[in-house]
Amino acid sequence: MAAESTAALAGLDALEAQHLARAPLAQRLWSATWPKALAIAIVLGLWEVVVLSGWRPTYVLPGPLEVLGRLWQDLGTANLWQAVAITMRRAVWGFGLAVAIGLSIGTLVTRFAVLRAAIGSLITGLQTMPSIAWFPLAILLFGLTEEAITFVVVLGAAPSVANGLIHGIDHIPPVLTRAGRALGARGLAMYRHVILPAAMPSFVGGLKQGWAFAWRSLLAGELIVTIANRASLGQLLWVNRELHDAEGMLAIMLVILIIGILLDALVFGQVERRIRAKRGLLGA
Amino acid sequence: MSLLTVVEAPRAPAGDHEPTASELPAEIGPERPVAVALRGVGKVFPAGGGTITALDDVSLSVHRGEFVCIVGASGCGKTTLLNLVAGLDDATRGSVGRRGETSFMFQEAALFPWLSVARNVELPLRLAGVPAAERRARAAELLDMVRLSTFADRQPHELSGGMRQRASLARALAKDAEILLMDEPFGALDAMTRDVLHDELERIWRATRKTVLFVTHNVREAARLGDRIVLLTSRPGRVAEEFPVEIARPRRIEDADVAALARLVTARLRDEVARHGS
Repeated sequence: MAAESTAALAGLDALEAQHLARAPLAQRLWSATWPKALAIAIVLGLWEVVVLSGWRPTYVLPGPLEVLGRLWQDLGTANLWQAVAITMRRAVWGFGLAVAIGLSIGTLVTRFAVLRAAIGSLITGLQTMPSIAWFPLAILLFGLTEEAITFVVVLGAAPSVANGLIHGIDHIPPVLTRAGRALGARGLAMYRHVILPAAMPSFVGGLKQGWAFAWRSLLAGELIVTIANRASLGQLLWVNRELHDAEGMLAIMLVILIIGILLDALVFGQVERRIRAKRGLLGA
Repeated sequence: MSLLTVVEAPRAPAGDHEPTASELPAEIGPERPVAVALRGVGKVFPAGGGTITALDDVSLSVHRGEFVCIVGASGCGKTTLLNLVAGLDDATRGSVGRRGETSFMFQEAALFPWLSVARNVELPLRLAGVPAAERRARAAELLDMVRLSTFADRQPHELSGGMRQRASLARALAKDAEILLMDEPFGALDAMTRDVLHDELERIWRATRKTVLFVTHNVREAARLGDRIVLLTSRPGRVAEEFPVEIARPRRIEDADVAALARLVTARLRDEVARHGS
């Protein structure tokens, strides 16, 4: 009878287990790349059509080929790379600070009901506040300094990070915390082994959104808060406009766009994908 | 050996025959080893403005190594009873005594989706501070016992419902508790899978000699698995009757004896349910 049971079990397992075959790497890369390549081609095509229509003279709105040519040329200069370095350093520092603050606020709000009642809706309120509206205050408080920019980047990104965590913890299936308790998880161990991992997908979503807000706030800040001898991307953008250098300005805009997309896709997108795939949350 | 835990309800209302703690050790003695002893247990939940009595004056003894099935219609407080034994909740009155630790298995496998099957089984050991090498070895042993060795590195979502419940059983066994509490663990499975898992559970229970408290609404299942069936009434939950299951093992769910006993218990359960309609 035991043998019969074993055979039946093996049969059921074979019938029911999912056998997910993975496509070869080249095929996966291709299927991930072609829609993006096509979208970029369509955008560039539309841009060229607008330029060819003669709606604006080409010294105001140059075509994509001219701008890409200029971008290529600028990539050979130290000036652009210095600007990218300055802007990225600010982004990483500001975003890092925002994550630390958002994480602490999120944890406190989910732990203490009073805090949630007090500042829960304020966090969402802060998210709707356009970051550019903070700059006058930031400049009054800190002057035209790095701190003014950091202040606004943190205010832009931290609420999204906190909300991602709060949302994630609120939506943990009760059966998981119950199981955790039954298995002997209490206090900090419960946070470490059950609550934080369970909230992770939503938290990463919050990080992704926080990054978008941080990047936006940062570039807005660099247009307004110009600091001597620190030619950031925002500042290059502004200087090119002042010089009526439309090609140079659009080339910098492309750099800003590309950095934003790359970080979102390669860093946050990848992490999110990996987490979802591991938990079986990706559509087959 | 293991410690005796007796949890007395904090307030003892007057009028009820209250058991004293001194009554318990006599029964939980070496000559007649009892793993779980409930004496006059009541549980009242606040609900809206009033209260709901989930359990009322429930007395029940479970011997060490015994497999006891608790059946009853919905609302009979089966889950509440298990929570009290596990110490996840406190009784309003009466006393809950148990010898040894408990581990719990639910209707949902409740595996952690971010951990592989093996890591899920390891988690209770990790929480107990067992060193890594030791808990790996122990998890491998347990997965072998539930015949999931080849799926150790899979994620839970890659398993079928029946395989998830086996993984969940392995995780519950990892705690090495003497008392295994099972809350309708096979309730959401198809009949074929459930049938096979009955064989598996019986085999594992015989191998580990755990004390099992198994809650189900499926009377056939109770007759198939249990040494004894305890029928609870609904609202409030009381012990209506106990049925010893004197059918030789191994059994099958389609055995005539199992069916006959199930008919008897079902008839009694119907009477109980009908009482609520009148």
